[in-house]
Amino acid sequence: MLAQIARRLATAIPSIIGVIIVTFLLTRVLPGDTAAYFAGPAATPQAIEEIRAKLGLDKPLPVQFVAYVKDLATGNLGNSLTTGQPVLDDLRARLPASAELTLLGLLLSILIAVPLGILAAVRQGSWIDHLCRIVATAGVSLPVFFTGLLLVYVFYFRLGWAPAPLGRLDFFYSAPPDITGFYLIDSLATGDFETFRAAFSQIWLPAVTLAIFSLAPIARMTRASMLAVLASDFVRTARASGLKPSKIVLGYAFRNALLPVITTLGMVFSFLLGANVLVEKVFAWPGIGSYAIEALITSDYAPVQGFVLAMAILYVLLNLAIDILYGLVDPRVRIEA
Amino acid sequence: MNIRTDIAHGANHMQPPLLDVQDLTVEFATRRGAVRAVEKVNLTLGRGETLGIVGESGSGKSVTSYTVMRILDRAGRIAEGTITFGGVDVGNASESTVRALRGREMSMIFQNPRAALNPIRKVGKQIEDVLIEHVQAQPSDAREKAIEVLKAVRIARPEERYHAYPFELSGGMCQRIVIALALACRPQLLIADEPTTGLDVTTQKAVMDLVVELARERNMATILITHDLGLAAAYCDRVMVMEKGKVVESATAEAIFRAPQHVYTRKLMRATPRPGIGLRDLLPEGTVPEAAPPMPAAMPAKTGEPLLVVENLVKEYPRQGSGGGFAKLFGRSADAEADAPFRAVDGISFEVARGESLGLVGESGCGKSTTSMMVMRLADPTSGRILFDGEDIGAMPARRFARSSFRPRIQLVFQDPTDSLNPRFTAARAIADPLMRMGTGLGGGALRARVEELAGLVGLPTQFLDRFPHQLSGGQKARVGIARAIALDPDLVVLDEPTAALDVSVQAVVLNLLQDLKVRLGMSYIFVSHDLEVVRMLCDRVIVMRAGRIVEEGRTAEVMAAPKADYTRELLSSIPHPPL
Repeated sequence: MLAQIARRLATAIPSIIGVIIVTFLLTRVLPGDTAAYFAGPAATPQAIEEIRAKLGLDKPLPVQFVAYVKDLATGNLGNSLTTGQPVLDDLRARLPASAELTLLGLLLSILIAVPLGILAAVRQGSWIDHLCRIVATAGVSLPVFFTGLLLVYVFYFRLGWAPAPLGRLDFFYSAPPDITGFYLIDSLATGDFETFRAAFSQIWLPAVTLAIFSLAPIARMTRASMLAVLASDFVRTARASGLKPSKIVLGYAFRNALLPVITTLGMVFSFLLGANVLVEKVFAWPGIGSYAIEALITSDYAPVQGFVLAMAILYVLLNLAIDILYGLVDPRVRIEA
Repeated sequence: MNIRTDIAHGANHMQPPLLDVQDLTVEFATRRGAVRAVEKVNLTLGRGETLGIVGESGSGKSVTSYTVMRILDRAGRIAEGTITFGGVDVGNASESTVRALRGREMSMIFQNPRAALNPIRKVGKQIEDVLIEHVQAQPSDAREKAIEVLKAVRIARPEERYHAYPFELSGGMCQRIVIALALACRPQLLIADEPTTGLDVTTQKAVMDLVVELARERNMATILITHDLGLAAAYCDRVMVMEKGKVVESATAEAIFRAPQHVYTRKLMRATPRPGIGLRDLLPEGTVPEAAPPMPAAMPAKTGEPLLVVENLVKEYPRQGSGGGFAKLFGRSADAEADAPFRAVDGISFEVARGESLGLVGESGCGKSTTSMMVMRLADPTSGRILFDGEDIGAMPARRFARSSFRPRIQLVFQDPTDSLNPRFTAARAIADPLMRMGTGLGGGALRARVEELAGLVGLPTQFLDRFPHQLSGGQKARVGIARAIALDPDLVVLDEPTAALDVSVQAVVLNLLQDLKVRLGMSYIFVSHDLEVVRMLCDRVIVMRAGRIVEEGRTAEVMAAPKADYTRELLSSIPHPPL
């Protein structure tokens, strides 16, 4: 098993190398002159040249690339020109924020979408099937910034059930000690229930926003996959053997229907993690998506490179996790591996 | 035979029948209103009795049995009639009552056993599920009892098999597991729905013998649903013939065979391949003289150079089978190289003369399909030569062969007439496909004329040409597939079980059509099949294959009459014969 994981990781090396080269080139061909941007509008050409030389941008591309790779090898992703911090530190602070939000949103979504999809398939054509369709269509057709703003309006402005959407934690509280980077887990681990409550009251609204958006693909995929499995021969055998409906649906059909659902989960997760800039903006969430967008707008190439690289590595790990899950669910995949 | 008849007619006369179906009518709700799948069916079955229900597709034989088990689709419902099983009114009983009967008092085994098992659960666990559901075992002793059940269906090394997944077992072994599942709780009634379709003839015999033996041992009533009259007659006391939802005849197996009363039964019986008859004998009475010319005499083996010469043909696959390519893609093939490659075809040589048809016979996995794929040049041989008309076409990579001038001369008729047609092509478009692709230069009117000519050759009325596959019957789709294969006037046609998916009466017509076309167009055939009777009627020579090698070769009549190899004898003796 371990050897298998190692081999699987080794195959990801070429794609990581590809990602490094492509992001390097892309950030160099982006329109906009980094040096001019940071020199300011009143800068003299001479000052711009000085900054350019300081950043190493005056050297030919291959030389810049070698320098970049050398830095990478020592774990140095460069400094962000906007925040003035090392990119690695920025990512380390912001990635857990995005991950915590996305995971919670996804968890909520699974808890609703999977049972809904199963019920819709078992009672095909009933009111619950229609409900599933309506929820899924509504969730996916409302843009996240709209649902986000709507939720803020209702639960913060009107009802006052949620605190102001101003980041991960109200400023009365200090962040829990950094164990996993997830505030909910860290505060629980240190027994600080007060902080836990505060962190939760901040996160639930954006998490619900994400959940509403990701309901659709998961519910639809669960339903379609369940319908296919429920029509298969072995379910007929199980019925002919007199097994209980609950055993047939959950024990036999659902486990067989899981593979496409897991694939969808992986896709939704990776999509949400990097692409929920709008949610992060609405809730002032200090996440990785808004960080990357800001860097991109200011032609701040080091954070962009760092962001893309971090996402690539995350995708590799995510796919590995999905492969391992496949193996747990389906013995046939285990043999192939 | 005698023992079974005694049980059926002796011991149980005083008791009410175990299963009593009266005037059963089943309707299916469709978009065009209710359709009657089964109409006014009556049947009674006593303990220890064996009933065969025979019919072609759409006859309602499966629907009848599904209704007895109450596992019909949601669209189906009992419109009329009663089903009484062991005193329980199955038709009107609550779902929980029927569920308690299913698997415990009445069980079912299915066609395609591998698909009938949960693919991701250990087979032993699946048996445990049934035992625990019907309180025949507690979680503590379930495993022990499951292994006992596996022993009862004669599975060798049951402790190991308990941990196997269905994909690790052969088709015959899977069917044993399905039987074990069905019989785990010692039911009183077993319904076997085409239990051996798709299994090899030797496996079929083993499975049927097991079912009959267990039924006798436990005094269990059995319903055998099959399209194979020979199988039903060989294993059943009584046979019921169904056509279009109605029972047309019901009698003892012997009576049905000695003196079939109904026209349909006679037609079915005629169409069933059996020893001592020719292809023309399969067709319904009275249709032979007008529909077909008298049987052409067997082509004398032409002198001169053979059309196809195969020398020392070998095909090797990496040990890990289908996972090989996938594993390579992900760089995981390291441990696969340790094993010697698997030889699917292990150095075979044969010839096909011009105008000859050669049968390729053997069980699944014997290499007959691999051989035909290599001759078709859809797969590359590992070594050996394939000489077609003197040229070594085996040396040409399969990818490039599609554009070579030999491609039109070797064509293929596929096993599944439905899956081998593009669902978005009309029949005419499907037939025209090779004409358009091989650059015959035909277009417009000339193309249509050629397609109509081909349709005429295969006996497909021209008004069907503009229909899509789903609007055609199985036999019509088979004709389209044949017309497509002969569109380019090939010299050699590879027929890969072309009638395996067809009903016997359709098979009879298609086989005759193939024979007529061969003579008329001077083609050679390679006919891949597991049905020895069909091969006997259609082929001049036959090759019997086993484990990638040729075990026997010769003129078909001689091989069938006096087989030399033990394996051929075993194959021949496994064919079910009616009790005459």
